[in-house]
Amino acid sequence: MTATYNPAELTVIVGSRSLKDGQILFAGTGLPLLSAIHAQNSHAPSLAIMFEVGGVSPQVQIGSLPRSANEARSVRRSVAMPATIDVLLYLQRGFVDVGFLGGAQIDKYGNLNSSVIGTLEKPVIRLPGSGGANDIASSANSIFIISYHEKKRFVDKVDYVTSPGFLDGGRSREKSGLLGGGVEKVITNLGILEFDKETREMTLVAVHPGVTVEEVQAKTGFKLRVADDLAVTTPPSEDELKLLRALDPEKRFLKPGEF
Amino acid sequence: MNYRESRSRLVEKNKGVRDKRTTLAEAVKLIHDGDHVAIGGLQYTRTPMGVIWEIIRQRKKDLTFYKTLLSFEGDWLYVSGAMRKAVTSWFSGGVSWGVSKIMRSYAEADPSSFEEWSLLGLSLRFRAGAMGLPCIPAKSMIGSDLEKTLDLKPFKCPYSGEDLVLVPAVNPDVAIIHTQVADKFGNAQIFGPPCMDADIAKAANHVILTTEQLVDNEDIRDNPNLTAIPFFCVDAVVELPYGCYPHECYGLYEPAYASLGEYGQGLLKAEDRMAFVRGYLDKYFYSPNDFEDYLSLFGVKSLLETTRKGRIWKP
Repeated sequence: MTATYNPAELTVIVGSRSLKDGQILFAGTGLPLLSAIHAQNSHAPSLAIMFEVGGVSPQVQIGSLPRSANEARSVRRSVAMPATIDVLLYLQRGFVDVGFLGGAQIDKYGNLNSSVIGTLEKPVIRLPGSGGANDIASSANSIFIISYHEKKRFVDKVDYVTSPGFLDGGRSREKSGLLGGGVEKVITNLGILEFDKETREMTLVAVHPGVTVEEVQAKTGFKLRVADDLAVTTPPSEDELKLLRALDPEKRFLKPGEF
Repeated sequence: MNYRESRSRLVEKNKGVRDKRTTLAEAVKLIHDGDHVAIGGLQYTRTPMGVIWEIIRQRKKDLTFYKTLLSFEGDWLYVSGAMRKAVTSWFSGGVSWGVSKIMRSYAEADPSSFEEWSLLGLSLRFRAGAMGLPCIPAKSMIGSDLEKTLDLKPFKCPYSGEDLVLVPAVNPDVAIIHTQVADKFGNAQIFGPPCMDADIAKAANHVILTTEQLVDNEDIRDNPNLTAIPFFCVDAVVELPYGCYPHECYGLYEPAYASLGEYGQGLLKAEDRMAFVRGYLDKYFYSPNDFEDYLSLFGVKSLLETTRKGRIWKP
């Protein structure tokens, strides 16, 4: 029997699976936070999460999910609570294995825009801004991104680079002086994408059950590279879904449809 | 403010041990129209809401506010006319209520009213100010459009040859901070996330401190390692229980999610958003006689529930 699930649930579970036990993780709010807590409560109990408000390795209580990454609920029973600057400097020093981000707009080199649609001088939509996203993308040893897959989000070039991916591709990120390793993985409701080692272009490496390459291409605003050994994601299990739904019983983050 | 001038002001200021207790209304007189004001806390944790409330009530104008992450209080500061410019890393209601439509209408009409930094970038500006330095190097924002649009200077490390950017220090005229505990001299102790409060207290020329509970100086001396802000930083101390409401104070009360939701949802649904916020300001900011009156508007049920859920300390 196949379990039924919505796009957000599928994406969060694939995100959770991509995290490994023992990793040091810096997570943004929303679905990345949910993936992290899901992983921590299943296959990665010693996954240590950090949030920008200043909690190290908190134990978020199931059924008492924070609304943001930045409140008492999200730093519950942390082992340390440093100042915001000091948590972010763990990134710069090299302590953080994975940074886990969402974003409004992403381009083929993995650059993220959460600042503005249009230009800063003539904004069409002003977005909330970086928060710690730029710092995470600059200096985490690798970056995972969660995003809803649609043409207006997956664009050839972002309107504004809030958080650096591989910048202009090729060796441009290394040459810029940035410390972190750049984007390793983009997880969407349609599949998983990684970046070519040479050109740094986004490449489809896995599709979720029932999704075709054509469908992913149709919802991507640039010519997508496809891996020769394209995989198909294992569908979420009953256990994975049960845990996830217990984390967010009010479906604050796991709304059906677009996320 | 000019780097040397900020230091001179501090040098000349009376920093001695003295009783700094005062009223909210008196304390906020330290803020003058056009000042640069740094707000403590982060998003909706340990926000010095009482001081923000009084700033709005005193109809302050043309202020530049600095905060790590701005939430709905940014809406209220814009619409009241108190805030000319927000300098922050993020400005929104939060995930549940989407992008702040108020921020959008101000920032889209006048992009100079919202200056975005990365969170580390802005934190480093506070720290440089706290360190008494005019600038500090960073490895963030490099290669991004933040580097291109902000006042950052590329800088090659003379020792290692590494590419860095320099960020300018910020020395605000006034920092506003709320802590769980403080004594009458201004020794302030923080429990839970310290955010950037210790840095903005040192960076600012003046500090207005509100606290949940005034304690004896001897109590401070029992746990001096918890003192984030020593007395010589502070100019005014006001005891203000529930001074972050409807935001949270770590270990004491949660955010009043229902009230924040009422505002957030109301704003999403409102046909005339400005009128909606003005109505909110009238009800919660201008009409109450005092801060207790303001808290009464949220109600005893809200105060009790957020306290019950937010209380962390074991007796």
